Amino acid sequence: MKRSTLRLWQLLVLVAIFVAWQALTQPGLIPPLVWDNPDRAAFFFGEPVKMFKVIWAWFADGTIYKHLWVTLEETVLAFVIGAVLGLAMGLWLGLSSTASALLDPYITAMNAMPRVVLAPIFMVWFGLGIWSKVALGVTLVFFIVFFNVYQGVKEVSPVVLNNTVMLGASRRQLLRHVYLPSATSWVFSSLHTSVGMAFVGAVVGEYLGSASGVGYLIQQAEGAFDINSVFAGILVLTAFALVLDYAVTHAERRLLRWRPAQSETEQL
Amino acid sequence: MAAAAVSFEHITCTFAGRDGARSYTAVKDVTLSIGEGEFVSVVGPTGCGKSTLLNVAAGLLRPSSGTIRIFGEPLSGINRRAGYMFQSDALMPWRSALANVTAGLEFRGAGAAEARRRGEEWLARVGLSGFGDRYPHQLSGGMRKRVSLAQMLILDPPVLLMDEPFSALDIQTRQLMENELLELWSANRKSVLFITHDLEEAISLSDRVVVLSAGPETHPIGDFPIALPRPRDVSEVRLTPEFIALHDRIWHAMKAEVLKGYAQTRNRVAG
Repeated sequence: MKRSTLRLWQLLVLVAIFVAWQALTQPGLIPPLVWDNPDRAAFFFGEPVKMFKVIWAWFADGTIYKHLWVTLEETVLAFVIGAVLGLAMGLWLGLSSTASALLDPYITAMNAMPRVVLAPIFMVWFGLGIWSKVALGVTLVFFIVFFNVYQGVKEVSPVVLNNTVMLGASRRQLLRHVYLPSATSWVFSSLHTSVGMAFVGAVVGEYLGSASGVGYLIQQAEGAFDINSVFAGILVLTAFALVLDYAVTHAERRLLRWRPAQSETEQL
Repeated sequence: MAAAAVSFEHITCTFAGRDGARSYTAVKDVTLSIGEGEFVSVVGPTGCGKSTLLNVAAGLLRPSSGTIRIFGEPLSGINRRAGYMFQSDALMPWRSALANVTAGLEFRGAGAAEARRRGEEWLARVGLSGFGDRYPHQLSGGMRKRVSLAQMLILDPPVLLMDEPFSALDIQTRQLMENELLELWSANRKSVLFITHDLEEAISLSDRVVVLSAGPETHPIGDFPIALPRPRDVSEVRLTPEFIALHDRIWHAMKAEVLKGYAQTRNRVAG
């Protein structure tokens, strides 16, 4: 199938879903299937038309931008801090067998712990502002990056390492020119997962207690049983996540230019 | 007489066995020297510890006993006067061809502009001008070997250690690279220790061929001067009667060891 035709069909599937949704939920449009009360379906599942009106209103009066900005800020901060900590820790433990032997059980335990339960503690420590959400995101991002870098350091090709030594690299230059690029490539290969996790941390944090952010919007709407606004918030979040993912793909392509793409042929 | 460029004096390398396995003596009591400007090839059956010797000369591996001297001085730590060309790909995949070639200069603190100029010069010398911005994965196997060669030679080391550098290449590319190596070498005679399992390659390149016994406890069992005239063309020299006579003699010395090595490998698989 051609790329443009494929896009068209993908779009049609999306439209079909919303049309079916609207048909099944709009009061009085079709005879009630499950409930006797014609308004019941709309109460539980919302109506796409009203959802889009909510979204339109958010963008028209500009209230949404503030919330989106806060969520973005939390996501980016959580990713950057988590990635830097994970990178540093991964390099350290990967290069020092003593440190890794000592800390191994703690790392495993901390990774096994469901870290979302830390959210209330972070609220107490860092308050209801962005930092408690950033902290939650950091705990999620850190382990993904850490394990990838740790593995990456362990798997640096010994031939490349020996070759660099023979070219006269000091221990510091080895760290800078072999371990770091190798580890960074592992960070980028987990970029989609870790940015996604930073986003989850931000939204879950907002949902549990905040005064701004898209998670906060959803939580407020839910408190008022305003199901249309809840779905509107979810749609905005999804679209936002897609944009974020697109940006990550773009960054990845630029930064990992040296890595062979699967479809790329050898150029002689 | 001036001190040899590299001299192994009674080198023994024993690797400790892991998890109760017996320790393994790869190389036993090897005494061997490579004169200044001499091209010496070491041949031997597979798995006989040829690379172990090279790693000792590079300072990457400390021998269990014996001394290694570089221009008369005992070696401790990494051999700073040697360039090493590995059997498998050793380029940094995240650096372009040019950045790989200039890596050694960069580590030694050369200026960026100067490094770049000399890097381009060396790329041209190995026939890769215009390929400087390619990453290793965008180059063919032969081109990657050329980059490795330039990466090593740009530092102008007096000793070259080469571990079956062309074994992964197809036969045509290989002969091409061998000729290029000879040409670069004859322009500025370095001392070369060249490891290979290919006797023809060894004879056509070298001034001397050293034959090793099958492992374990590998040691030299034959030392053959190669008096073929230079400059040589590796594909033509193979057809001369002198070459064939030399090949016969050395192969005769090697044959028993190769069969021994083969039998060991087979038993290991069967057992």
